[in-house]
Amino acid sequence: MGVWTARRVLPGFPLALGYTLIYLSLIVLIPISAVFLKAATQGWESFWAAISTPRVVASYQLTYGVSLLAAAINVVFGLILAWVLVRYHFPGRRIVDALVDLPFALPTAVAGIALTAIYAGNGWLGQWLQPLGIKVAFTPLGILVALIFIGLPFVVRTVQPVLEDLETELEETAASLGADRWQTFYRVVLPPVLPALLTGFALAFARAVGEYGSVIFIAGNVPMVSEITPLLIITKLEQFDYPGATAIAAVMLVTSFILLFLINGLQAWANRSHPGGTA
Amino acid sequence: MSAVVATHWTVHSRRFETSAATREPAWVRGMLIALALAFFALFLLLPLVTVFAEALRKGWGVYFAALAEPDTRSAIFLTLLVTAIAVPLNLVFGVAAAWAIAKFDFRGKQLLTTLIDLPFSVSPVVAGLCFVLLFGAQGWFGPWLADHGVRIIFTVPALVLATIFVTFPFVARELIPLMEAQGQEEEEAAIVLGASGWKTFWYVTLPNIKWGLIYGVILCNARAMGEFGAVSVVSGHIRGRTNTLPLHVEILYNEYNFAAAFAAASLLALLALLTLVLKSLVEWQGRQQMNAGQQL
Amino acid sequence: MSIHVQNIAKRFGHFVALDNVTLDFPTGELVGLLGPSGCGKTTLLRIIAGLESADSGQVFLEGEDASAAHVRERQVGFVFQHYALFRHMTVFDNVAFGLRVKPRGQRPAADKIRQRVSELLDLVQLNALANRYPTQLSGGQRQRIALARALAVEPRVLLLDEPFGALDAKVRKELRRWLRTLHDALHITSIFVTHDQEEALEVSDRVAVMNQGRVEQIGTPAQVYEHPATPFVYSFLGAVNLFHGRVQGPHLQVGADQVRLDHHGFETGAETLGFVRPHELDIVTDLSERSGIEARVERVLALGATARVELTSVGHDQTGRFFEVELSHERMAALRLDTGQRVRLQPARIRLFAPEAPPVELTA
Repeated sequence: MGVWTARRVLPGFPLALGYTLIYLSLIVLIPISAVFLKAATQGWESFWAAISTPRVVASYQLTYGVSLLAAAINVVFGLILAWVLVRYHFPGRRIVDALVDLPFALPTAVAGIALTAIYAGNGWLGQWLQPLGIKVAFTPLGILVALIFIGLPFVVRTVQPVLEDLETELEETAASLGADRWQTFYRVVLPPVLPALLTGFALAFARAVGEYGSVIFIAGNVPMVSEITPLLIITKLEQFDYPGATAIAAVMLVTSFILLFLINGLQAWANRSHPGGTA
Repeated sequence: MSAVVATHWTVHSRRFETSAATREPAWVRGMLIALALAFFALFLLLPLVTVFAEALRKGWGVYFAALAEPDTRSAIFLTLLVTAIAVPLNLVFGVAAAWAIAKFDFRGKQLLTTLIDLPFSVSPVVAGLCFVLLFGAQGWFGPWLADHGVRIIFTVPALVLATIFVTFPFVARELIPLMEAQGQEEEEAAIVLGASGWKTFWYVTLPNIKWGLIYGVILCNARAMGEFGAVSVVSGHIRGRTNTLPLHVEILYNEYNFAAAFAAASLLALLALLTLVLKSLVEWQGRQQMNAGQQL
Repeated sequence: MSIHVQNIAKRFGHFVALDNVTLDFPTGELVGLLGPSGCGKTTLLRIIAGLESADSGQVFLEGEDASAAHVRERQVGFVFQHYALFRHMTVFDNVAFGLRVKPRGQRPAADKIRQRVSELLDLVQLNALANRYPTQLSGGQRQRIALARALAVEPRVLLLDEPFGALDAKVRKELRRWLRTLHDALHITSIFVTHDQEEALEVSDRVAVMNQGRVEQIGTPAQVYEHPATPFVYSFLGAVNLFHGRVQGPHLQVGADQVRLDHHGFETGAETLGFVRPHELDIVTDLSERSGIEARVERVLALGATARVELTSVGHDQTGRFFEVELSHERMAALRLDTGQRVRLQPARIRLFAPEAPPVELTA
């Protein structure tokens, strides 16, 4: 309470905070509340009808299901990649380390058309997979590939610093007490990495759920089969069905909020169990 | 969200390889490296190579012809314009927010920090929709604006707004932890020595956050130039008018003009590579500064 | 310039950092603010500087109420615990900073600044390092640069927050002596905060001992060491042996034993705490002595300038209480103590404190 009245030594607090709040409100808070207000004005029945048609429900299942799967795959391979980058030396390690961030830097539309070119029936990999009966492009499998691409750095970059900060002494102690390498990994290395791993999972999942650019090219966008929720919002907008689009957007926003607070909690947990690691 | 996990000036050491207790058998090591590299090659390297291979499939002549096309050129210009407006605005915001949050204590600070992260977890499509609901023909301010002859949706201002939204947290997210870690003793020392608030910020704070600031701007810039979903919703896809480079890629691709689409995409991919190079350099610089700071 | 703080109070949430503190710092003195961590000493220093504002109370600089003055206007030099050197500036630029940020009208010319910085660097004997960056300096060197930087603006007062806290033991001792010499040369009113009693006693003209947001005692080092005002000051300023006892006429009854007291202000039957420093205790091997507290020798350490004996009590109500005695090597040799031997402890001087009461001093 004192902080509001006490004279401060460092200047600029009212200006900085005031500007922050106004800018945040104008750019983020007011636009987002527009979605909820618009959704609220249309009445419960039409709202419920808009968010519960079979086509919309199928899109939730697809979006959230494939996003979960992609995040889970990224947890496994992201951990391996982070482990290899931190623990081993091999030629090209620095380049691999730098390129892990590619999905952050590469525009999603570019990733989308590149992945499609690779996995289409006549594509680089598609032409070999097609005869085996595996269709990737224009199926949910293609969506999975795109979501793995965009989610990978989240896991690697949250786990990597924690692995780097692990004390070798802990593993040496475990070994001196008779633990084998696997027991040491499972009981000594993994527990402190777990919060970061879960944070990475949640970040990758949150990003995947909202992803649009990299998915639409490779998805095929067949209603009930490979149509993701963000695309449905665009489809409704193009049909000038604003209430429908808004209702679905409200559902997505609620999951965004839940994920945001979940990630915040996870990060607080990670910082507690691993202080200084992410500073 | 990328920025949440990006500020780790990573240090590599061989300490894990020297002790028998922290080393795996050679075959395990080999297998893990092979697995990691295979995954890396399949999911990261291959798409990158594909962009350039597809762009040049029909030769350099076609490639440069595609880039010289007026619509492509205007898309490049528009992308640069939008970025040149959005990034400085978010830069100023990021510095202001970090100054308030990192240097002062106030109630609701945690909530404010969380809300700044919000655009990272909102789907770009939903972000675009927000602005359609505010400024579109059926939106809150749409009719009033139309009466006054102002259109925002399907024009450049809408592209700028959507881009600012999706790149909103980048600079702030970089600076807040950095400035928190640096504390405020140096600023206090400057003030005790008689420096004004502005001089304190300019001569003491800014040099200390320089690398974090540049890092945030690089990430913000990359996302601003590459944003697709949010601008797609508000753009209207008017060729030569409201088509940014990523949107132009989509149009060309949907017209089965693959060579031109990949040519445009290759520009964006080059930009991404440049971003990664700059980012690595800045990380290296920032690490120097951070190590120096830790010794103090 | 003199400093006077009047009824200063400060809370952080529910934590009382300063509880109605009134103190005087006369012109030209070097005063040590001594106390355990969390006692409020740093907060008081920051309030005097103007870096923190008090919830209530006033700060007077040279008799003038400066409570409302901004830190910039107070003309204080402040040396931070971790020095707060500007890490991106050279040593020279750090020291010159205060001169360069002066408003255009008051700013010295560039060559004047160069000259002044050079003088200051000579004063702290670091002119050779003018072009180094803070990271390239040792802790002691950084400390001296921080001091030179604070002195550059010719402050009216010098405030130092744990000036030697982050240094290793040997450098600490050197810098302590150096700071004292520097102060004797400059005679600028200075306050420094420390939790190290040896440091405070050795360097200061006067020491203010603080505990839990209050000033327990202020006085010269000899005064606070020889005549501690409270049990806290007594135990904070050195090793101490504690006897719980009851006053019986001219004696203090400790369990089954008693020691002699001279005139004292306690009534017979009063519960008291007796404080005795290790060097004020003597050991007698003759158990038939009536006076003295019986104890058992546990360990004899005959190292250094004096010999130390560790003992435990054997009285039935105080078994296991630990005592420490410091003796000369000659006395030690004369006693010929064995581990396990029963002896009596005779205090040369006891300070009696009633719980929550001023001390009564006497000699046995």
